[in-house]
Amino acid sequence: MKTIEDIRRDFPILGLQVNGKPLVYLDSAASSQKPMQVLNAYCGFCESRYANVHRGVHTLAENATADYEDARRLVAEFVKADPRGLVFTRGTTEAINLVAQSYGRKFIKHGQAILLTPMEHHANLVPWQLLAQYTGAELRFWPMTEDGRLDLDGGKKLLDSRVAMVAVTHMSNVLGTINPVREIAEMAHAVGAKVLIDGAQAAPHLPVDIGGIGADFYAFSGHKMCGPTGIGVLWGRPEILEDMDPFMTGGEMIREVWLDHATWAEVPHKFEAGTPPITEAVSLGAAVRYLQQITPEWIAAHDHALTELAWEKLTREPGVTGYGPTDNRGAIVTFNVDGIHPHDLAGLLDREGVAIRAGHHCAQPLMRWLGVQATARASFYLYNTPEEIDRLVDGIRIAKKVLHVV
Amino acid sequence: MEFGSRKRYCTLFDLYSEILLDHYRLPRNKGRLDHPTVTVEGTNPLCGDELTLDLEFEGDRLSRVTFDGKGCAISMASASMLTEILQGKTIAEVEKWIADFRAFIRDGHAPEGVEMGDLTALIGVSKLPVRVKCATLPWMTIEEGVRKYRGS
Repeated sequence: MKTIEDIRRDFPILGLQVNGKPLVYLDSAASSQKPMQVLNAYCGFCESRYANVHRGVHTLAENATADYEDARRLVAEFVKADPRGLVFTRGTTEAINLVAQSYGRKFIKHGQAILLTPMEHHANLVPWQLLAQYTGAELRFWPMTEDGRLDLDGGKKLLDSRVAMVAVTHMSNVLGTINPVREIAEMAHAVGAKVLIDGAQAAPHLPVDIGGIGADFYAFSGHKMCGPTGIGVLWGRPEILEDMDPFMTGGEMIREVWLDHATWAEVPHKFEAGTPPITEAVSLGAAVRYLQQITPEWIAAHDHALTELAWEKLTREPGVTGYGPTDNRGAIVTFNVDGIHPHDLAGLLDREGVAIRAGHHCAQPLMRWLGVQATARASFYLYNTPEEIDRLVDGIRIAKKVLHVV
Repeated sequence: MEFGSRKRYCTLFDLYSEILLDHYRLPRNKGRLDHPTVTVEGTNPLCGDELTLDLEFEGDRLSRVTFDGKGCAISMASASMLTEILQGKTIAEVEKWIADFRAFIRDGHAPEGVEMGDLTALIGVSKLPVRVKCATLPWMTIEEGVRKYRGS
């Protein structure tokens, strides 16, 4: 078993000095850092295995295809899902757009409804707005409790036979709320609705069991879970994917093409038009192998302990307001400091080598719900330590002094 | 693969210089005028900055300018610096300052022959796309104010 020191050594960037101070990276919810194992897989694949996939019959083409399909299998195993339903996309955003376009335009009709929540990232909101405008479907919003959880009874009242799709985040990227997705899927299926879970924040941090959740679609991104950018996943039930029309068309996703029509490849290839991000997929495979070795359970426990500690230390600081549930939260603490604009806080923390996110976190409706324009957000991952939380708190105290906020 | 051989540090220009912080803590010309010729508001919806400029013109001269609002240190300091520099200038001079400030932020250095004074402290934002809007908000707002005055 690796120690936290071993893990930190795996991530070369964590040895960096930023503005003369050792880097404290608390922005993994935006994007995680990459371990040597992933960097080496990326370079190693390019150095000795690289070619286009599913085309050539030469050795490299076969090696590359084998590695690409191995990655699909590894990633599917990581989230306990059938690899036939695992479509590689550019990320969560593309995955959700794929469902909204390919499933939504074909199967969601005028008079039906799409049930969302106010805590969605823009990527799980705007694609549905567009679909609603296109089809005339109605958008409904799951009510929230004051502490930032979904009000299950309130949601139940909105679930009737007109609801065709329930799209909800597994973990809020602002509040850190972990939603009871299994229960939500059951409730949705009881009225005949399909369920899409946005797993962008959950897949890196929690043991995810897509089969157990009972989701029809599950989307996540590689770059938030130690993989590279430009690669993500849509998992869909293979039988649903088969009924859907393609999202993008071109090479790779076809079976036969005539001048005036074409037939589609089997799923999941039907949804992978053009040359896919091959090296990125292979590197995502290396990332999940790395996470699997440390175990999602260890990561979840580590993140949980850090988040509890951070919540306690931050909310004990004078003038600091924390947002979201006080317990059972994901590895995110969103907060504001009285009298300091979050951008200034992030700017002044940067001087201390501490990297946090500031802004609206691509969740403007949720900012309105909280009654704030912007917030600061510290997020944690397997490589963070309790000492780094102390550096964050020290940085906040320095920022208060610099801006004369007492 | 060898990662350890690279330089292991990186540093940004210090945005929060003493000059900038001085304007933030002790803003010049902050408040409202009783009888402004033109009042103009600017907002930066993404970060929530809100700014009101009161402008008092005497013929073609900006005789007084005050600001009020809330926002980050960059936007508030930039507004404070603006009032200090533009108070008493002719409209033509004000317009030249607006153009020079734009060029200063865009190019990352002062236009030739222009002495930027305290505004030099804002040079760091030219490398921080997210913060450019904070620094330029007061300048875009006064530009609107001048346009309003010319149109009236």
